[in-house]
Amino acid sequence: MALQRCDVEKIAHLARLGLNEGELPRITDALNSILGLVDQMQAVDTTGIEPLAHPLEATQRLRPDQVTESNQRDRYQAVAPSTENGLYLVPKVIE
Amino acid sequence: MQWEVVIGLEIHTQLATQSKIFSGSATTFGSEPNTQASLVDLGMPGVLPVLNQEAVRMACMFGLAIDAEIGPRNVFARKNYFYPDLPKGYQISQMDLPIVGKGHLDIALEDGTLKRIGVTRAHLEEDAGKSLHEDFNGATGIDLNRAGTPLLEIVSEPDMRSAKEAVAYVKAIHALVRYLGICDGNMAEGSLRCDCNVSVRPKGQVEFGTRCEIKNVNSFRFIERAINSEIQRQIDLIEDGGKVVQETRLYDPNKDETRSMRSKEEANDYRYFPDPDLLPVVIEPSFLETVRASLPELPTQKVERFQSQYGLSAYDANVLASSREQADYFEQVASIGGDAKLAANWVMVELGSLLNKLGVEIDQSPVSAELLGGMLQRIRDNTISGKIAKTVFEAMAAGEGDADSIIESKGLKQVTDTGAIDKMLDEVLAANAEQVEQYRAADEAKRGKMFGFFVGQAMKASKGKANPGQVNQLLKAKLEG
Repeated sequence: MALQRCDVEKIAHLARLGLNEGELPRITDALNSILGLVDQMQAVDTTGIEPLAHPLEATQRLRPDQVTESNQRDRYQAVAPSTENGLYLVPKVIE
Repeated sequence: MQWEVVIGLEIHTQLATQSKIFSGSATTFGSEPNTQASLVDLGMPGVLPVLNQEAVRMACMFGLAIDAEIGPRNVFARKNYFYPDLPKGYQISQMDLPIVGKGHLDIALEDGTLKRIGVTRAHLEEDAGKSLHEDFNGATGIDLNRAGTPLLEIVSEPDMRSAKEAVAYVKAIHALVRYLGICDGNMAEGSLRCDCNVSVRPKGQVEFGTRCEIKNVNSFRFIERAINSEIQRQIDLIEDGGKVVQETRLYDPNKDETRSMRSKEEANDYRYFPDPDLLPVVIEPSFLETVRASLPELPTQKVERFQSQYGLSAYDANVLASSREQADYFEQVASIGGDAKLAANWVMVELGSLLNKLGVEIDQSPVSAELLGGMLQRIRDNTISGKIAKTVFEAMAAGEGDADSIIESKGLKQVTDTGAIDKMLDEVLAANAEQVEQYRAADEAKRGKMFGFFVGQAMKASKGKANPGQVNQLLKAKLEG
């Protein structure tokens, strides 16, 4: 199943990527060639094989429930474009 | 047309951990904005999430309590969407392999019967931050203190058929997570939030109708009202020839209506994939057994025990066991007072209305279980009547001491001396000679009401302190004689 231009536009929108007219055909081709590889892999018979969730043969280490972080707000907010009363300010979002 | 309502719920419970699910930041509610947001919570490049073992343990507790399958291996996935209070651009959640699988929970319906509600799954995820839309010169303020707070999202089967059933289910989940101590259940602070999926279909139809999701309803009362108004909206729409569109809606309590939030189709394209930052989580059987052994007595078990051990009705047992604090309080009062039914009545009626009036929970009750139990002892040994006990109870609520000292200082001790009561009754009858004559002339049918008059006068004369049983007995003898 090959991606159409409109599919790529939709994916770009979901990922908040601003693609211009010139980039669209190139990206569409590149994505289609990746999907081609996926198709090739889909064709392999995987009956009885457990889906792989992670390439490492390891399991998650857990940490104890302890507060180890202290308040570093001033340092973190020093790089923020805009703050007020301890809040990060962003362009207005309304649902 | 007869309509059938179909409801399924997604309940988000904030787990009561000290630190966040993937970072060592504190989870305390109400702190100064962004003082509990670390580099991990801010989604800074180069940081890695590390899973909190307590969140895993709490999820397992819940799973065991609803008789669910707990997979030996669960996997975290990224749910991708853009919103400013989600700094990474994705929420770490679980998709294909959640920690808790299929389980169930029984709810008590109004007629006392039980209905089993299926739980599809429950998965661990991180909470988002908060967007403050008040005016910051046209900008939105972002507080990331809540970002990364552990959530257990509990997804039900579409098993509920009315708003009342939905509320009963939310209450059952609320009671359960509080019994387990895995969530404080504070809905006003957002510790337990509910998304309601509602659809209607003609009665008898097998396929579900198109559903709408009402987001983030945060009180029992609003859940019921939001669902009912959404049901009515869908029925009106269909009966007017329209079609329900699948979408997310918000409930406005002021207007008592739901309104469209956004079309779900686009927003729903979350492009889940396994999070490469986190490895599969393995739950060892030995670990599960340790968790199982640590489970407290659960609400349904307590309800059964209250009925068999104390002889309470199913209704009373359900009310008393609705929270662990209330159940413990009741058992303490019953044990000190020595009469479970009397204790049940006092806890549900007098204490209940006192707490209601004060607007406090039972753990902040001005009358402790020791005080109430002590007072019940005085009722049982006839020191005071049930009626005088209300006066004593009010005084205890006002902080005037324990029952014994209040009875003493207010002179409320019941008069049980037959001679004294006898004398008092003679005085009452002498003062109401006319009524006595009327009573004696009246036929049996009319006497009942008239007798009550004399009892009332006698109790008034004794300031309520005469033993009611003795008053009745002696009065009867005097009037008949």
